Amino acid sequence: MAKIPNIIVIGGGLAGLSAVIKIAEMGGHVDLFSIVPVKRSHSVCAQGGINAAKNLKGEGDSTWIHTDDTVYGGDFLANQPPVKAMCDMAPAIIDLLDRMGVTFNRTPEGLLDFRRFGGTLFNRTAFAGATTGQQLLYALDEQVRRYEAEGKVQKYEGWEFLSAVLDGQRICRGICAMDLRTMQVRTFAADAIIVCTGGIGAIFGKSTNSVVCTGSAQSALYQQGVYYANGEFIQVHPTSIPGEDKLRLMSESARGEGGRVWVPKKPGDKREAKSIPENERFYFLEEWYPKYGNLVPRDVATRAIHKVVYQDGLGVDGQPMVYLDLTHIDRKILDKKLEGILEIYEKFVGEDPRDVPMKIFPGMHYTMGGLWVDFNQQTNVQGIYAAGECDYSIHGANRLGANSLLSCIYAGFISGPHAVKYAKSLADAKSNGHFEAEKKRQEEINVRLMSNQGNENPFRLWRELGDTMTKNATVIRYNKNLKETDAKLVELLERYRHVNLSDRSQWANTSFVFARQLYNMLQLARVIAQGAGMRDESRGAHYKPDFPERDDKNWLKTTKASFAPDADEPKFEFEPVDTSLIPPRPRRYDAAA
Amino acid sequence: MANNKTVLLKIKRQNDPGSSPYWEEFELPWKPGMNVISCFMDIAANPVNRQGKMSTAITYDSNCLEEVCGSCAMRINGKAKMACSALVDQLDQPITIEPFSKFPVVRDLAVDRSVLFENLKKVKAWVPIDGSYDLGPGPKLSPETQEEAYPYSRCISCTCCMEACPQFNGSTGFVGAATIGQVRLFNMHPTGAMLKRERLTALMGDGGIHECGYAQNCVEVCPKDIPLTRAISDVGRQVMWQAIGDLFRK
Repeated sequence: MAKIPNIIVIGGGLAGLSAVIKIAEMGGHVDLFSIVPVKRSHSVCAQGGINAAKNLKGEGDSTWIHTDDTVYGGDFLANQPPVKAMCDMAPAIIDLLDRMGVTFNRTPEGLLDFRRFGGTLFNRTAFAGATTGQQLLYALDEQVRRYEAEGKVQKYEGWEFLSAVLDGQRICRGICAMDLRTMQVRTFAADAIIVCTGGIGAIFGKSTNSVVCTGSAQSALYQQGVYYANGEFIQVHPTSIPGEDKLRLMSESARGEGGRVWVPKKPGDKREAKSIPENERFYFLEEWYPKYGNLVPRDVATRAIHKVVYQDGLGVDGQPMVYLDLTHIDRKILDKKLEGILEIYEKFVGEDPRDVPMKIFPGMHYTMGGLWVDFNQQTNVQGIYAAGECDYSIHGANRLGANSLLSCIYAGFISGPHAVKYAKSLADAKSNGHFEAEKKRQEEINVRLMSNQGNENPFRLWRELGDTMTKNATVIRYNKNLKETDAKLVELLERYRHVNLSDRSQWANTSFVFARQLYNMLQLARVIAQGAGMRDESRGAHYKPDFPERDDKNWLKTTKASFAPDADEPKFEFEPVDTSLIPPRPRRYDAAA
Repeated sequence: MANNKTVLLKIKRQNDPGSSPYWEEFELPWKPGMNVISCFMDIAANPVNRQGKMSTAITYDSNCLEEVCGSCAMRINGKAKMACSALVDQLDQPITIEPFSKFPVVRDLAVDRSVLFENLKKVKAWVPIDGSYDLGPGPKLSPETQEEAYPYSRCISCTCCMEACPQFNGSTGFVGAATIGQVRLFNMHPTGAMLKRERLTALMGDGGIHECGYAQNCVEVCPKDIPLTRAISDVGRQVMWQAIGDLFRK
């Protein structure tokens, strides 16, 4: 009998669990690693829905239009074949989730209901209240639990990925990971690994991401030779709720259900929002973009809010805030379709958005960039696959709302079977020495960090990192500031060498684990800052006032960063974008379009 | 504006599962919009206790910080709560923070709640689909059925209901309300119902649904307002009918 393929999946969000399901179904065995119990992964935070051109509203929607919206929304930076493959697979993915028991909202006939999201003119987004990500993750988690009960999946929850184990031919043979309780470092063998470690929000300090979204795993792999692509493309979500500990997302579905964004026409207007008459309100998105209105893509909405606040000085109370207003919509409809997110606002702000317009502001939300993968989701290192937010494919220069859940599941469904196929053809390694060597390398890093003498607190360094990156590498970018940012990152890396842990315990030491992640965050931040500095154009989420136009002649290409160990910094190369399906055209959402 | 306003926290800490717990106080500068998590973050950035002595960052579970991942459950002023949605301005001070008492402590406020995930395995809390390949759409469901099911599908596995339940303890082995809520959910789904019999059987033996003493604490502490007592009475009825049926089949 042929041997059973053994695949390691790192990360148990939508992408990871999707891969696990496919591998287990194909008869493979999975070791599933996750920092948190997989049911607590960041995918739970996704709110609004998942796109699929089911065309159940008689609008003439099709998977081809979905493909076009996605490519156009991404400002033509995405390779088009995988986008098309994803959009073609989407209706079947929705059906599968439906069969798994996801509590999607229904029409009176008992069919799936769909709503409209940004960057499209079609009702294409299936949703389960305003907690779609949670419902999707649970459905997959339940199926994986079933495979776990059958012995096909072994979970390692409470483990942190440290590095890949590469053999002499630079073929991946497994991983090195750390038990977050015992702090023990161990290696695990596998025929292939699939990295599904999500976003990188922590690099920007406060974001809409969960605590585990540090990008540490991606960075570790980048430092081991995996390409990191399009790192400079960072999505800032137009509507988040500023908080002390994080920025909480206010889903695009609030606008999909009719929410309107506005500011008082009079700067610093002190009146209560509700008492300001209609003709003294400035619905700037509707005015500037009459066709798409409040549902322009995220990058467009974010820049519009920045303009109205910082250039026009019209922020609510003179603060960096605008209104997102749902109060004109019937309470019952709001409760049925948006309860989950309204509850978040109510709980964390203490006001009822059914009565009072919400105060919101853009917040770092998503990375379009990530580990470079081919159309089978394999990275440039043999045996290492990547799927989900941590991979760079699909979204180009800007992601459309409700495409992320879809891209996670799609990438899981592609990477899983390909990893199995690869595993079956893999020849054994010539020796096993690289496991011991990698373990030793990681243990040495631990010993050095644990015994370090200095005066730097890792959490304070992190705050400086977040402040710098948010200020200079998000909505509006200037080359001078990006250069300063990279210099600051070099300074932080230098100061990192003097990190002194207040906690030197060898048991569940969270400061220690965080300090390890911080190093990787700093290295990856340089990829983002330098990549942004190089790209002298404006495309999707990447906006430079000094280069306000998209420049297809020079910049219709994928940025690929690789780590140069000797220089201890990224080096860059570029590759052409596959635009074989849809010729690039100008991206305009205003009336002229 | 009061510039010197502070927040006083009293935290029950424990270095590892084998050592004894101790209390430590922290006094932090007040800021608008603080929650218990942001207090922990401030402590991590400056781990000095109220006595001015160098201490360590607090170990606690957290992830999403928007009350949907279920990680950061703990006892705050004596009540089972999520730390992320515990707003400082709404809490009496000193804010007393303890780990859950019904679960083994890992360190400080982090506890091991894997028992819930094991319970979910026992009751087969999943829909038994044939495979992940394309088999067309799922069964039609009325909007009413969706609206009834949806609240149960929002359970975040925080285990607040289990912490608050007087019957959830070592001697009863009670599965707890969260698991019963999931049985209610999956028995409601047309395909999920194909495992109804096995689910109900799992709730019949030791630690099963009959251990519930109807204290109703579960529904009171549930951060997601899941109708847990209704689930318990519905599932209780299902268990009873199955047991009676079994009696006649013998």
